[in-house]
Amino acid sequence: MGRFVKLVETVNTLDKRWVFLVVGAAVVISTIFRLTFPEIPTPMVRSIFEKIESLPAGSRVLLPFDYDPGSEPELQPMADAYVRHCAEKGLQLYFIALWPLGQNMVESTVSRVLNPEYPSFAYGRDYMNFGYKSGNEGVIAVILTDIKKLYTTDAQGANIDSIPMLAGISNIRGFDLILTASAGYPGLKEWIQYAGTPGNIPVAGGCTAVQAPLLYPYYPEQMVGLMGGIKAAAEYEALLLERYPKFRGDKDRFQTALTRMGPQTVTHLVIILFIVIGNVAFQILRRRRRQAQGA
Amino acid sequence: MRRALWIVVLGIILVALVTHALQGDMPNPFGSREGFGVWFAALLTLAILSFLYQDNPVYRFTEHLFVGVSAAYWMVMGFWSTLVPNLFGKLWPDLTARLFVPALKGTRDPRWFLYFIPLVFGGLLLMRLLPKGQHLSRWALAFILGTTAGLRLIAFLTADFMGQIQSTLVSVAGYRAALTPGGMPHWSFEQMFWDLVAVIAILAALAYFYFSKEHKGAFGKLSRVGVWVLMVTFGAGFGYTVMGRIALLVGRVEFLLRDWLRVL
Repeated sequence: MGRFVKLVETVNTLDKRWVFLVVGAAVVISTIFRLTFPEIPTPMVRSIFEKIESLPAGSRVLLPFDYDPGSEPELQPMADAYVRHCAEKGLQLYFIALWPLGQNMVESTVSRVLNPEYPSFAYGRDYMNFGYKSGNEGVIAVILTDIKKLYTTDAQGANIDSIPMLAGISNIRGFDLILTASAGYPGLKEWIQYAGTPGNIPVAGGCTAVQAPLLYPYYPEQMVGLMGGIKAAAEYEALLLERYPKFRGDKDRFQTALTRMGPQTVTHLVIILFIVIGNVAFQILRRRRRQAQGA
Repeated sequence: MRRALWIVVLGIILVALVTHALQGDMPNPFGSREGFGVWFAALLTLAILSFLYQDNPVYRFTEHLFVGVSAAYWMVMGFWSTLVPNLFGKLWPDLTARLFVPALKGTRDPRWFLYFIPLVFGGLLLMRLLPKGQHLSRWALAFILGTTAGLRLIAFLTADFMGQIQSTLVSVAGYRAALTPGGMPHWSFEQMFWDLVAVIAILAALAYFYFSKEHKGAFGKLSRVGVWVLMVTFGAGFGYTVMGRIALLVGRVEFLLRDWLRVL
């Protein structure tokens, strides 16, 4: 009995660095073994997928990349997945960034996804990059009425009037969908507040897991769908694999989020185990303390 | 003594890894810019993670480096992507085209003189850096605050206040508008049930924050339900936060294992 109480007391006063070590080991080991689990897409993710499926070829999609390398592990897999999906459908892609490093994330996506996988996609005809502009929600408010008031050049410094796919577009009301990847402020919330709701433009997108609970209230009336964190990215990849079998081959390229859900699941189990053990130890010690006080 | 031991152990590991890299099993830090970049990023990642053991000078150096580089990058991006095309390009298009962005040549805005206003305000904002005349920066700050407040108020009223009330009440009828073009709007009892749950949850949470009436009787029970609603919300938030943080850790571990150590 004395040994058991000592063990419980050790658990109760365990140095948190042991917890970090075990969580780290769980992540490393499950990453090495490439564990994957099946994903069942939720309605919020499925509605984004179906919205893109429903758009005819040539529809205009605005793709704000409002994140930076700090949230790349969560948002890049979903951005890759929906850019790939849009390209498969032959949609016209207009990239934009309200975060300074968002422009680099666009360039990275274009060089890793669009250029090698869709070599027929031409800049200026099938996709273009507005680049980064400072001003946060102010930028959205301006381009809701007039894009050229703010964007005189694209990200590469070319005159905006020289880009063929911008002919006939004066403001973002001309887009069929705004599909964002958002890591915070400014991001998806601002696109809903300053573009989607006042301009009656369909808005959908992905966000970091931390943001997701704050964005749920906008679904489904003010937002077509939401992808919250890496779990939703994995669901989107699962949908792509189901509808487009060509993506079933290269796991490293087409199933990034699905492979990252393996360590995620294992680590969650470890954390749940720690929570249970911690609570049991706490309750045992509390009961013994009360019994001692009663005696 | 303990610190010296740590330094020696880490030094040995580093030498072993560099030797391994020179044999071609890992990116060579001296062979190419890319190899150096991978090593630099990997060591900075480990330096940041070292904080989990305890605060140390290597962690603090990395943290300061990150903040400095981020601020500098933000400033450079702001200059080239906003100030040059949207201010200098509007005021002096030909000069800006000759010096910075050739595409701006011949794009004179008919109301170009209005852009002197942001130029002056921008200058006033920088007065904050001077020992005297700091108060002048308040004019620019007042403009920024006023504009932001005005913009946010309208957006909040339409999208959050009115939009959310409308979405909540309309949905109680169990009716969902078509989300996709060509899709059919639908109506269901299940939808109606969950929408009613949402409305009750909202009212209960609001009741908890209503302090003009004592939380007793039926109102007290409603506010008690509100506490549960808040707990569920915080729980969801916590769960999502854990998922987000682990996703970031998985990203770094993948980088270390695949790009640096090449064991994946």
